[in-house]
Amino acid sequence: MSETATVSSRISDSFWRRPTILLLLLVTPPLLWLGIVYLGSLFALLAQSFFSIDEFTGLVRYEFTLKTYAELFRASNFDILVRTIVMASAVTIASAIIAFPIAYYAARYAKGRWKAVFYLGIMLPLWSSYLVKVYSWKLILAKEGILNWLFETLHLSWILQAYLAIPVVGGNSLSVSWTGTFLVFVYVWLPFMILPVQAALERVPPSMLEASGDLGASSSQTLRHVILPLALPGIIAGSIFTFSLTMGDYIIPQIVGTSARMIGQAVYQFQGTAGNIPLAAAFAVVPIFVMGIYLTLAKRAGAFDAL
Amino acid sequence: MKQLLKTTAVVSVCASIAAPSFAEGMVTELGAGEGELNIVAWPGYIERGETVGDFDWVTKFEETTGCMVKVKTANTSDEMVALMNEGGFDLVTASGDASLRMVAGKRVQPINTALIPSWDTIDDRLKEAPWHFVDGTHYGTPYMWGPNILMYNTEVFGDAPPKSWSVVFEEQNLPDGETNSGRVQAYDGPIHIADAALYLMTHKPELGIVSPYELNADQYTAALDLLREQRKLVSRYWHDAFIQIDDFKNEGMAASGSWPFQRNLLQGDGAPIASVIPEEGVTGWADTTMMHVDSSNPNCAYMWMEHTLSSNLMSDLSVWFGANPAVPAACTDGRGMQTAKGCTKNGFDDFEKVSFWTTPVTRCESQDECVPYYRWVSDYIGVIGGR
Repeated sequence: MSETATVSSRISDSFWRRPTILLLLLVTPPLLWLGIVYLGSLFALLAQSFFSIDEFTGLVRYEFTLKTYAELFRASNFDILVRTIVMASAVTIASAIIAFPIAYYAARYAKGRWKAVFYLGIMLPLWSSYLVKVYSWKLILAKEGILNWLFETLHLSWILQAYLAIPVVGGNSLSVSWTGTFLVFVYVWLPFMILPVQAALERVPPSMLEASGDLGASSSQTLRHVILPLALPGIIAGSIFTFSLTMGDYIIPQIVGTSARMIGQAVYQFQGTAGNIPLAAAFAVVPIFVMGIYLTLAKRAGAFDAL
Repeated sequence: MKQLLKTTAVVSVCASIAAPSFAEGMVTELGAGEGELNIVAWPGYIERGETVGDFDWVTKFEETTGCMVKVKTANTSDEMVALMNEGGFDLVTASGDASLRMVAGKRVQPINTALIPSWDTIDDRLKEAPWHFVDGTHYGTPYMWGPNILMYNTEVFGDAPPKSWSVVFEEQNLPDGETNSGRVQAYDGPIHIADAALYLMTHKPELGIVSPYELNADQYTAALDLLREQRKLVSRYWHDAFIQIDDFKNEGMAASGSWPFQRNLLQGDGAPIASVIPEEGVTGWADTTMMHVDSSNPNCAYMWMEHTLSSNLMSDLSVWFGANPAVPAACTDGRGMQTAKGCTKNGFDDFEKVSFWTTPVTRCESQDECVPYYRWVSDYIGVIGGR
């Protein structure tokens, strides 16, 4: 009894004398998790991108080479990169534009029960299955779907037809066009933009807005010079979600759109179907690289100063 | 690091010596069931009456053998290969584009046909099919097969059903007077290049294609050129059977390569849909039950293979899936729901017209060097992307 007491008290004594040991003990497991399980597996994949596939046998050759990266610049592969990055940017910008007024209203004007309704309305789509949402959008956008029916009933089909006749964004129907893919992306990722923007707007002190008004700023000037800069960290945080989620997604472009590949699908197909793991890994590096550039630019723009 | 590598190497060598190795030979005699059986299968292939009550070919097997069946479904051949590489499974229902990969990778073991009493009832056309019979050795028990048919909308085609695959490959006006552009679909998998090659076998004989899965550089380029023309006609490629069904209902599709599975479901829904086997012939799939090299339940595995051949399984599954049984008697002897008429509808009599899926490899039989499958994958991605 007394012996165990002395042992445990001695341990606690030594912890007290050398606090770094305790800290190390507490921090090591999560660090190991982050370092080995999380980053380690990521690097194991990325290291594959420096190998190449043997043109003749189709087997992976385990020698260092940059050949696989050069393959990314082959026209058909480069198309995939450009397509994905353009789509991710468009979705992010559209989400920010739609999200800001919603978040602004929810943060500034909605009170009590209405606030709860707003939160619920934003969160509710997140609770239902992602696949169900995408499939229902496929039906909404279909040639014989509800949206087309609406246009027909209002005798406005010609507008839709004229829009669908535009090359690239148009197509045979909305559900097989890039516009359709874009709409579904915006719908699915919008909550990830609204919530951080709302959080940022709620932290803007009303006194600042009053001060801006007292100093003679018009409401649009207040918006541009006070609210927007203060909400910027929220917008950037949201855009990281929408941008990276769009860049990695491989389900939506498979169900809605023209069947032309995006990065996620290319990775899935190259590692699974083709057994070309080096090229799949090289494709997987691209989003990491793009996000790296994006975060650096955002940091330069001062997006994280308020953190 | 070097030390670590050495240790791992030693450990893995020891492990491979210690593990009972069935790879060398096959099972020679059967004992009692182990009480468990793990199968990798296509969705809908192994039903125990949970989806629709009448379709059950597992419960009785479990009752008589005591082998409890666990199913892991896989959506693509590549997923199946990956799962079998991971191990932990006894059987897999592998298609021809996966089976040879697993034989070559030594993931599956030879089958002792003497231990399967109903082996002789198997369709003679399948007993020694090249996708499971390699170098005189059986690597599996034939399961099901089916053709990739040309499905079409009867309201568009009226009394003049399409005779040729040209309706999905070349721009033309369909019998209802409108163009086929935007109203046809194609399969969203690199194996579709073989459909283009099959079409060229009839329409450009000067290319000298012998098998649609064995293409030299020129033949391959011609097939890709045809597919690039097709890209202009296709708004969306089909990948998932249910999405294609939806597209025929809601996107005004007129014709597409498809499976009897979708046709049966659409017809069951009362949609104006029919199908043909065009004059060029068709591609098709044939699945084989193959056994993992390290199967820990070999007795149950053999019992299951016998069960697939002798029970109601093939008959009911061919109704359920719109496919053809590997045992011809299952069409006629009333062991399940299938009838001779139903088998004919699923293409049972058209075996000769089917070029079955196999994996394209560099060292092919018909010529010196063929374009391998991984090139098919990357080039088909390019074609769909408009390159």
